[in-house]
Amino acid sequence: MSSETILTINNLTKKYGHITAVKDLSFTIEKGNVYGILGPNGSGKSTTLGIVLNVVNKTLGDFHWFDGNVSTHEALKRVGAIIERPNFYPYMTAIQNLKLVCKIKGVSQDKIEEKLKIVGLLERKNSKFRTYSLGMKQRLAIASALLNDPEILILDEPTNGLDPEGIHSIREIIKKIASQGTTILLASHLLDEVEKVCSHVVILRKGEKLYGGRVDEMVASHGFFELKSEANGELVQLLESHNAFGKITTEGDLITAFLNQPLKSNELNKLLFEKGIVLSHLVQRKESLEEQFLTITQNQSN
Amino acid sequence: MVRLLQIEWIKLWNNRASKVLIVAYFVLLTLISLVAAIKFDIGPIKFHLAELGIFNFPYVWHFNTFIAAFFKLFLAVVIVSMMANEYSNKTIKQNLIDGFSKWEFVYSKFLTVLAFAAVSTVFIFVVSLLLGLGYSDYNEIGIIFSDLEFILAFFIKLVGFFSFCLFLGILVKRSAFALGFLILWTIIEQLLFGLIGWKLTTWDTAKQIKNFFPLESMANLINEPFSRLSAVQNLGQQIGEDLKFDYAVHWYEILIVLVWSSLFIYWSYALLKRRDL
Repeated sequence: MSSETILTINNLTKKYGHITAVKDLSFTIEKGNVYGILGPNGSGKSTTLGIVLNVVNKTLGDFHWFDGNVSTHEALKRVGAIIERPNFYPYMTAIQNLKLVCKIKGVSQDKIEEKLKIVGLLERKNSKFRTYSLGMKQRLAIASALLNDPEILILDEPTNGLDPEGIHSIREIIKKIASQGTTILLASHLLDEVEKVCSHVVILRKGEKLYGGRVDEMVASHGFFELKSEANGELVQLLESHNAFGKITTEGDLITAFLNQPLKSNELNKLLFEKGIVLSHLVQRKESLEEQFLTITQNQSN
Repeated sequence: MVRLLQIEWIKLWNNRASKVLIVAYFVLLTLISLVAAIKFDIGPIKFHLAELGIFNFPYVWHFNTFIAAFFKLFLAVVIVSMMANEYSNKTIKQNLIDGFSKWEFVYSKFLTVLAFAAVSTVFIFVVSLLLGLGYSDYNEIGIIFSDLEFILAFFIKLVGFFSFCLFLGILVKRSAFALGFLILWTIIEQLLFGLIGWKLTTWDTAKQIKNFFPLESMANLINEPFSRLSAVQNLGQQIGEDLKFDYAVHWYEILIVLVWSSLFIYWSYALLKRRDL
């Protein structure tokens, strides 16, 4: 696999007085993937991003961008990032603000209109930033982060505080950017947000990494079956005697059977039919990210 | 360097308050020349300021730089707020994320300070030259271009003062409080001087020590020119070299201000580097 590393973090630690915000954190970001940093508020997501973005000083450990041969501020010219609230000069128009960003990043100003169009702000390009709604400010921040056609786009809680319409339009923009192959790092406390866009995830709690890797490999699980039948008693007995199944629960007339090893739904259906049990309901599912997340956080706290 | 200046220019010039203050400052600098027009003509009393000899070369260099230095407060407000606003708008954070290094950030502000000081100096040089050419009794080239160290002192004085403002902006992060601190500091310097003279040493030593305080050292660069003017009147035609010596700009005065300026810029950088944003 020809993977190119964009960001490497090694044993990063940040202490605020005697509070440890980030604890011995390590992970790498490879080109072309969409990463999520998941964790409740105060789990160290923003601190971690602040450190790699040159605005927060680390206490211990190190990190480097790309191959490690460029200084952080030079590397950031190849990065697009939005953290927390959008910060622009309130007395300047969208165009003037973006021109300033172009100057700082050292890129040409040709792409300003194009990027404003992507986020749907072209009609308001000459309005002062302070006249924008929060959703528009957030979209301008995305346009600004895209000006240099970044190799990685970092978004910290991009939908925080937005109304449903705003959330929807931001997610559409993110999906569009991800589909063009841009590496994305998305920090969020919203599970479904991460589930919808990310292929990889880092789960943080109290500054510590609980999990890092592919979203679909998060819990070593083969999923579970939801079953219903006229003869639930016999069905449960049969499932309990089958070695592919572990835990079996019954809720009302719905039986949930967790798999210990892979088993296809058609195989199960055939097996049960041969034993004379006819199913009225058969669904094979994997745990949702939320269920997996809770499994991981609970395992760790035990 | 040009890039950094352009960046600061965009930030400043699009801000209406800064724009008004900058324009007002340069208009006021030009208006010094209007002093020349001050004339009282009340019956027997005739008074024409320009005829007192304040625009005589080389005295005009001293007089104009001293008066013009009062207007630096306008730019002080601009500089303090250009720094403090970066904090209140949190744009400093965005600038760093966009790829500014912390040094570049401080350096771009310092370049702006240098540019303000340089433009002011050129301005005051031209205004003084024109006034002198118009009203001076002495127009020999040698006299016109003597005592130009006041122009240099003016530049150094502005650089020192503006660097102090820059540092206060970073230190306090709020423009109103930073300006309050600036006023407080002028009082603190006097109090400190009083305390040292009263408790620690003799008043003479205290005066020597006071010369090393930041604001006092800047004030010392260009001493008040008025007693020199009355001396000119008293002595009539005999403008002596001995007088010139008393009011001179000394190299060590320049050195003290330069040291303070470097310290303020270094401290600004050190603060920014140490702080989490």
